[in-house]
Amino acid sequence: MQPIIEIENLSKTYASGLAALSEVSLTIRRGEIFALLGPNGAGKSTLINVVCGIVTPTSGQVRANGHDIRADYRAARKAIGLVPQELTTDAFETVWDTVSFTRGLFGLRKDPAHIERVLRDLSLWEKRDSRIMTLSGGMKRRVLIAKALSHEPQILFLDEPTAGVDVALRQDMWRLVRRLRDQGVTVILTTHYIEEAEEMADRVGVIRGGRIILVEEKAELMRKLGRKQLTLQLQAPLAALPETLSGFELELADGGQELVYTYDTQGERTGITGLLTALSAAGIRFSDLHTSQSSLEDIFVDLVKERA
Amino acid sequence: MNWHAIRAIYGFEMARFWRTSMQSILAPVISTSLYFVVFGAAIGSRVSAVDGVPYGLFIVPGLMMLALLTQSISNASFGIYFPRFAGTIYEILSAPISPAEVVVGYVGAAASKSILIGLIILATSALFVPLHIEHPVWMVAFLLLTAITFSLFGFVIGLWADGFEKLQLVPLLIVTPLTFLGGSFYAIEMLPPFWRAVSLFNPVVYLISAFRWAFFGKADVSLGLSVAMTCLFLALCLGLVTYIFRTGYRLKS
Ligand SMILES: Nc1ncnc2c1ncn2[C@@H]1O[C@H](COP(=O)(O)OP(=O)(O)OP(=O)(O)O)[C@@H](O)[C@H]1O
Ligand SMILES: [Mg+2]
Repeated sequence: MQPIIEIENLSKTYASGLAALSEVSLTIRRGEIFALLGPNGAGKSTLINVVCGIVTPTSGQVRANGHDIRADYRAARKAIGLVPQELTTDAFETVWDTVSFTRGLFGLRKDPAHIERVLRDLSLWEKRDSRIMTLSGGMKRRVLIAKALSHEPQILFLDEPTAGVDVALRQDMWRLVRRLRDQGVTVILTTHYIEEAEEMADRVGVIRGGRIILVEEKAELMRKLGRKQLTLQLQAPLAALPETLSGFELELADGGQELVYTYDTQGERTGITGLLTALSAAGIRFSDLHTSQSSLEDIFVDLVKERA
Repeated sequence: MNWHAIRAIYGFEMARFWRTSMQSILAPVISTSLYFVVFGAAIGSRVSAVDGVPYGLFIVPGLMMLALLTQSISNASFGIYFPRFAGTIYEILSAPISPAEVVVGYVGAAASKSILIGLIILATSALFVPLHIEHPVWMVAFLLLTAITFSLFGFVIGLWADGFEKLQLVPLLIVTPLTFLGGSFYAIEMLPPFWRAVSLFNPVVYLISAFRWAFFGKADVSLGLSVAMTCLFLALCLGLVTYIFRTGYRLKS
């Protein structure tokens, strides 16, 4: 199947001379949820804004839904809905008017039934006649989403959709994003909440200093880079590891009170049985144990640190 | 052509006008009435007629032009400056619309508003003086031409301005003086020769002269010259707008 977004060697240098994107190539598959992760200033918004037509690229090619974003900008943009990072809304207009306005801008005739559906989905229906300036920040965020969905886009960009949003609304949004995906909409989101990417994304891309440093299936990424640890609370502290245990990837922690065993989740055998046998042979007793798995956040922090 | 988009922008801009219709409509009615009371009655009783036209009647085209210029510029500049300032311009930039469509929407709305105000002033004037328009078709043509030209000019200012001061600077420092000195309230012939010559460098003179000709059949400068000057200015503004969009100046980084 043809990818919905194809980015080839995209670079952007702002007038200030700052290279916000350097030779970025990225392909987004139709119907996936793609999370773009990266520290502040990595170039996430710049990348999104180039695809949406807000920032002019310095060089490179972008096709959205098969259409070049410059040569065939009308067709490309029609397919795209954008929720910007900044809360930029009108003030005096009503929710209904501002959402209908966007639909018009995208060249579609009025469709009150569709607008009603969108507003109801976002729990904005009761507020349809309210002026935007009377809404809370979270509601304004929803208004921006409603605007982006007003023209039934096939691609939805969410630039930090859950910044400054409470837990209930965040979960509402996750539900909405999944529902959109079920309807065949491709969703590209940026976020600083790694749990969000972990929870929602099919694939994850990490961008740093204007370069994509990794693109991977989320599940694959967590399997490949994710590590599991088994922590044993010892009954008596150990000063050093006995010679008999040198074959295991073990570390002493907490002043010898804890023994931490790190193993690969990909491995055929975890080696836990062997370890426990060796422990009892060495006469080491433990009072408690637990396992932990590294989160996407740990992976992300490692990645960004590694390349720094 | 993305007609839905043009209509959306036009409708959005006009909605602001109607939402504030008290100010938008009442203000010109009141200020016109004041002009008639002050200029018409006080000065008119001394200056009985200019070029055979009673003074009260004589100032009607000038009053309309004054409003048309200032309203066109302020409406259009504010219309495009505000979304830039508030950040909502992202929506226009990411929509499937061509620069020409954006201009038609914003400039069309600004010109419509100023024409409406011009007509309100005309109607208000009719309460004070017996109106007679010699060339009504030309009158409407000049009304349209001026409103569009100066709305385009305002649009350029709205794109260029990077603060509210700059937004008001041009109308305040340039347009209002030019309009007052452009013969809104007097015929250029009434000036001493030196100032008459200076006046010919003022583009507004040509507009007012042509407009007055449409009303009374008499002009300060030749009609052809007036039309040519207005069209020249229109072309200049169009060129500027095209350049701005082509380079993304102040709109896109
Ligand atoms: N209009 C602009 N002019 C000049 N530099 C800019 C402009 N917009 C962004 N930048 C710079 O480009 C770099 C990338 O910015 P961008 O907004 O794309 O980062 P981001 O990944 O979205 O960051 P954040 O997580 O903070 O939103 C930053 O160094 C930023 O300062
Ligand atoms: Mg950003």
